Amino acid sequence: MTLDLSLLPDGGTRWLDASGDHADVVLSTRIRLARNVEGYAFTGRARDGERLRVLTQVRDVVQHVPSLSNGVLLRVDEMPPSDRLLLHERHLVSKELAGLDAQHPVRSGAAVILSDQVGLMVNEEDHLRLQALRSGFELASAYDAVRRLDEELGGRVPFAFHSEFGFLTACPTNTGTGMRASVLIHLPGLVLTKEIGKVLAGLQQMGLTYRGLYGEGSEVVGNFFQISNQTTLGQSEEELLDKLVRVVRHVIEREEEARRVLLREAGYIIEDKLWRAYGTLRYARSLTFDEAMNYLSGVRLAVGLKLITGLSVYTLNKLLIFSQSAHLAYSEGRALTESEASLARARYVRNALANEAGAQG
Amino acid sequence: MVCDNCKERDAVVHLTQIVDNAVTQLHLCEKCAAAKGVETTVVTPKHALAGLLQPAQQQPTVAHGDAARCNFCSATFKDFRSTGRLGCAHCYGAFEASLREVLRRVHGNSRHAGRRYEPPKPELLQRATTLGELRDRLRRAIESEQFELAADLRDRIRVLE
Repeated sequence: MTLDLSLLPDGGTRWLDASGDHADVVLSTRIRLARNVEGYAFTGRARDGERLRVLTQVRDVVQHVPSLSNGVLLRVDEMPPSDRLLLHERHLVSKELAGLDAQHPVRSGAAVILSDQVGLMVNEEDHLRLQALRSGFELASAYDAVRRLDEELGGRVPFAFHSEFGFLTACPTNTGTGMRASVLIHLPGLVLTKEIGKVLAGLQQMGLTYRGLYGEGSEVVGNFFQISNQTTLGQSEEELLDKLVRVVRHVIEREEEARRVLLREAGYIIEDKLWRAYGTLRYARSLTFDEAMNYLSGVRLAVGLKLITGLSVYTLNKLLIFSQSAHLAYSEGRALTESEASLARARYVRNALANEAGAQG
Repeated sequence: MVCDNCKERDAVVHLTQIVDNAVTQLHLCEKCAAAKGVETTVVTPKHALAGLLQPAQQQPTVAHGDAARCNFCSATFKDFRSTGRLGCAHCYGAFEASLREVLRRVHGNSRHAGRRYEPPKPELLQRATTLGELRDRLRRAIESEQFELAADLRDRIRVLE
């Protein structure tokens, strides 16, 4: 292991602290802006030398960019796969930047600069991906931070911009504002009441889209849905954000309503199911990732319904991230086989729940 | 990918189902999908834009006013169709008419309504076009047989050298 996560401001986990609005339902808010540097072919078409020059050009101006001044630069292209996976599991870099896809191995010049408020991926699908990640439902503060970084960086590095089309990106689905704002939301009530299909179909009609826990191409696990704007052109950043805020508020209301229905119509069944989930996490000796995610979803719902008290959302958030394979391998200090990981996962979850002074129902 | 039902034919229909507490993916061949009463006209495209680009693919000619190649990165519109990615910012100028149509289909609009941007003044920029960049462009121009562009780039390299 070469990566020392303690070098990162707060280890890159501040977004887990459950300090944001509606933190029991909304795990996190992320806004990213796609930007390209004028004068180079886009990352996918660029040669190694061009990508390294993009990185050098960005590195040379970082000292003049206050949002990144306390940041740490990590050369993703020089890391072993386990470290790249670790950063991805922590939601600090995308799958593409980490080169985890067999079709898209890591590119030369792939890097990330992480500060306490914002992050900057270099040589992702676009030269620059500026992002802000926040705990809970915090679109306004995330946008403030990423917009500030955009202005500071854009004043030092020339971005590719077109008067009609806006910010120019490698994929036309990002052209215009280059903005993708997304909210990672936990919707077990809507899934259990089978209302989720209607809600998701409604999103699409509103020009929004949904994905799984890890964004594009990922599956839905643990009832977590990532809701984001589908289009980036033709509306201003504020209009796109306003729409997302309105729709997510509505989805939260629908989720709360579904939870009330569950308690009213099937109170003891739900209560039994959720305590069983807690019991499994508290005592199991081996847990696969999918199992852990499903039980954690149940316990998160129980905490939201106040069926279980004395267990913090922060602990649940940490369990979600730290029970992933690369995190387990990191804390064990060695690579783990799948069955070893299941044992380590159960041990980690057990200890974390035991340390949190007795959950009560 | 093989059909989840018959385990024989290739799966062409991909369904995401939410049953009880779990989201499952179901991959079916056309026959099994039809037997289960699933609409089979929806076929998953190769990449996100493939469906949108299909109609354009049937028109072999370059859209009116568009260049055959981008003169900065040497990419063609066909390259874009096969990868779903543009080669560089100048491609937007080279294939403007075709891209305007693509953008309209993707976003329902082709006019940026968000934040405007002024690039920094030249004295704030800490770089000039470097030899390496010109050499990369020259290599691409030669590979794609754009000899006029290559000659021009070669001249610029000589001046810098």
